[in-house]
Amino acid sequence: MSATDATILIDEVQVPFAPGQTILEAALSAGVYIPHLCHHPEFEPHGSCKLCSVVVNGRNASACTMKAAAGQEVEVDTPDLHAYRRTLVQMLFVEGNHFCPGCEKSGNCQLQALAYDSEMMTPHFVEFYPRRPVDASHPDVLLDFNRCIQCELCVRASRDIDGKSVFALAGRGMASHIIVNSPTGKLGDTNFSAADKAAHVCPVGAILIKRVGFSTPIGERLYDLEPISEEATRCAVGGEK
Amino acid sequence: MAAEGDVVAQVLRRRANPTELLQILRETQEKLGWISPETGRAIASALGVPATRVESVVEFYSFLYDRPQGRYRILFSDNITDRMLGSLALFEHMLKRLKLKRGEVSPDDGVSVDLTSCTGMCDQGPAVLVNSRAVTRLTARRVDEICDLVRGGVPIAEWSSDYFRVEDNVRRADALLGSRYEPGSALSAAIALGRQGMLDEMKRSNLRGRGGAGFTTAVKWESCRNAPGADRFIVCNADEGEPGTFKDRVLLASYPERVFEGMAIAGFVVGAARGLLYLRGEYRYLLEPLMAKLEAMRRGRLLGASICGAQGFDFDIDIHLGAGAYICGEESALIESLEGKPGKPRIRPPFPVTVGYLGKPTVVNNVETLAQATEIALYGGRTFAGRGTRRSSGTKILSVSGDCARPGLYEYPFGVRVEQVLKDCGTSDVAAVQVSGPSGVCLTPDEFRRHVAFEDVPTAGAFMVFGKDRDLFEVARNFAHFFAHESCGFCTPCRVGTTLMRDALDKIADGRGSRYEINDLMRLAELLRRTSHCGLGQTAGNPVRDTWAKFRPAYERRLIRGEFDPAVDLDAALARAREIAGRDDAAAHIGAEA
Amino acid sequence: MSAHAEASALPKVRLATTSLAGCFGCHMSLLDIDERIFDLAKIADFDRSPLTDIKHCGPCDIALIEGGVCNAENIHVLRELRANAKILVAVGACAINGGLPAMRNRLDVGDILDEVYRDADDVRSHVPSDPELPLLFDKVYPVNEIVRVDYFIPGCPPSAEAIWKYLNDLILGRMPRLDHELLHYD
Repeated sequence: MSATDATILIDEVQVPFAPGQTILEAALSAGVYIPHLCHHPEFEPHGSCKLCSVVVNGRNASACTMKAAAGQEVEVDTPDLHAYRRTLVQMLFVEGNHFCPGCEKSGNCQLQALAYDSEMMTPHFVEFYPRRPVDASHPDVLLDFNRCIQCELCVRASRDIDGKSVFALAGRGMASHIIVNSPTGKLGDTNFSAADKAAHVCPVGAILIKRVGFSTPIGERLYDLEPISEEATRCAVGGEK
Repeated sequence: MAAEGDVVAQVLRRRANPTELLQILRETQEKLGWISPETGRAIASALGVPATRVESVVEFYSFLYDRPQGRYRILFSDNITDRMLGSLALFEHMLKRLKLKRGEVSPDDGVSVDLTSCTGMCDQGPAVLVNSRAVTRLTARRVDEICDLVRGGVPIAEWSSDYFRVEDNVRRADALLGSRYEPGSALSAAIALGRQGMLDEMKRSNLRGRGGAGFTTAVKWESCRNAPGADRFIVCNADEGEPGTFKDRVLLASYPERVFEGMAIAGFVVGAARGLLYLRGEYRYLLEPLMAKLEAMRRGRLLGASICGAQGFDFDIDIHLGAGAYICGEESALIESLEGKPGKPRIRPPFPVTVGYLGKPTVVNNVETLAQATEIALYGGRTFAGRGTRRSSGTKILSVSGDCARPGLYEYPFGVRVEQVLKDCGTSDVAAVQVSGPSGVCLTPDEFRRHVAFEDVPTAGAFMVFGKDRDLFEVARNFAHFFAHESCGFCTPCRVGTTLMRDALDKIADGRGSRYEINDLMRLAELLRRTSHCGLGQTAGNPVRDTWAKFRPAYERRLIRGEFDPAVDLDAALARAREIAGRDDAAAHIGAEA
Repeated sequence: MSAHAEASALPKVRLATTSLAGCFGCHMSLLDIDERIFDLAKIADFDRSPLTDIKHCGPCDIALIEGGVCNAENIHVLRELRANAKILVAVGACAINGGLPAMRNRLDVGDILDEVYRDADDVRSHVPSDPELPLLFDKVYPVNEIVRVDYFIPGCPPSAEAIWKYLNDLILGRMPRLDHELLHYD
């Protein structure tokens, strides 16, 4: 089977795929948007956020972990799946303390952009208002766990790319939380640096470089300029991230 | 500090691999009572892993502690069947006598008391775990006695052995439970058949997994055998965490050679030399007897090198204990746990038969499945397939509990009708039967003629009976608390959704629920079913969906106030401000809406 | 707007507004519709609102709620509006998720009152306890956790364009929607 023969159907549209690609990778490469949050092209699929939930040949699947294969008919843009994605985003919002007006990541935040994309007008569910820490001990990087969505990108980046293992995910269920690898548990007592990959992978405002907040005016931020559905596919097709 | 260091050094002398982290922590904690930050760091350092790796494991498992829990850690099994036997009143009684709040550690007596998920003693509850040892048939008197023993600092080894007596309660034995068994006979039969011959018998038998999923065992074994790679493993899933399930407990207690020989036979067929028994932490009391049995089998050449004299048939078994996490019953989460990590289910595919324990081809089978393999070795696949139904061959062990005269184990050929089981275990006026635990299905009397079989009412074994006066809303709520507690937290829908469902049911129980909560519950159940990462999340909404559909009045009598009720009790939400301002006048209170 | 030539023959839409635990920024944003308020006035009347200073609400069509619920007085206002309004709209971050006032939710309200009113050097200082003062709730609550809310206009504040678009949709009986340019949470 030649490369041009290998296609899947996504919402009735033929999408080519290369051997080994997941459905999400194939879609994004072809400029077809499937919402996603814990996915990052430089890392192995995680499969935790479930925003990329699709239906493949009638069965539920996560587009980021399922390998593309000939004969697949993938549904992405259905009213059911829209509703599920919106509910998943609402769950993420009520689980943490996501106060957009005061957050330096606003306008560049993938969680927020996905919420706009799914037309979330209200978080709907009862807000948890959890007590989560803020760690400002590091001279250059701020940790605000109110915003953490547990995608583990920082964990993976620190372990696999920076070779430092600064972060880990501890606890079970709703008690899950990121911990820092130092006797005090504080970032300032680690060898973390603002130059680390892990300092730049957070899709939300949980890991922030200090002293650069609000540097881009409202109206000119990443997701002010275009919706995430366009930005994500533009980057994937153009090879940026 | 020196003593701590000695204990850690002693444990690490026997176990030095990071994959054994869970066992290292468990064994260390058995001596020290908890894992202090210093102990955690010492272990991490010795293993060459970050300290956060150790912390994340300790925080994941319910039975590992990062703070002291007292000399006596008492956990009340909180399955609905325990509650039906009055466990909560006994729990409150103990707290009162020991002057404790739930989960609080007393400085003097060094005791803490809390609740835990079903411990698998549903046929002889209410049950507790005392420092991981199961105590059954709790009564008010027994509670008082235990309080006295705790107050007196009496070592558990000196407590009355009657407390720890666990009965088998085999009420109906069939092919597996009822047969006289000559140790080693199945192994000899398998060796005589040869590896391919034994696999052929497994195919003829059509044996399907007895842990709930029902995957065809022969297919699993063959896939593992054919997977590329040199090392293979056989894992026996003895996590038995589904509330209401206790049949593997009996197999391991009284039929262990059937299980171990089944493992060896699986190893023989797939070409594995190592087996691992993953034993749930709640069955800690079985560890020494099982290890003794393994030793005896080794002495009898039924394990180890050249089993029964067969050259090239080498197989041995290690036991790994769980530490209080229902999710570790899921096969890929179990493998993560065997590798010393938190039990979070993996991305599938690939499946364990190709990429399993340590990335090698691994067969994960339930205890009962492996025991049944010995039947097939002895009597052949065709005989096995001659019992049961066409699509569910052989016999199934049910663990029956709840409102029945004779709780315990009932083995039937597949296809038995639910009403037959109800008749045999001694029931009258049954309102509902929960088959296969909270993740299963709730059946009403109009469904009692249905058959226990994969094609009709499948089950891993749990069979909980609810009499006519039982409140099925409270059953659903108990199950919702269970799922929220046991969710591994990996995926958004289950992590947040199980908590949202639990909270909605608690709100209804509080008399502050409305149709608004019901709508949300149904939506959440569907979302979790469609998008969760594993079976826990996918089935977490089953109880509320089933009970709303079949026991609506149990909900409706609690939905007393219109279409919407505030998220909180507004008057209670003013209590703190009333206290600080020293006010109790009318304007300091909020009444219900006019 | 040809609709509004016919609209003058129709009964006027009654609007009510309030700011609970809000900064009135959403009201300011509403007023940023500038001269379009004349168009609005042709087809709508305001009932209870800071703009009219009418103290109690009668039956109305649309109630716009700014601000979250922080004290007992907010409850009385909100209940009155919900009981009288056909459609209740939560406007702005505070009404929708508690907003900035809800940042106190991680703290004990008793500690907050102590911190504000008690003076360590003055033993006579105390938290005010006059019965006319509304007591604070343990937490600041979003409006939809207290009453059923029909629609939401996010923003901090939502722009005048967003409010105008949404209001037009509601009054004209269209499904209210905000497209990408108008939908923002900050």
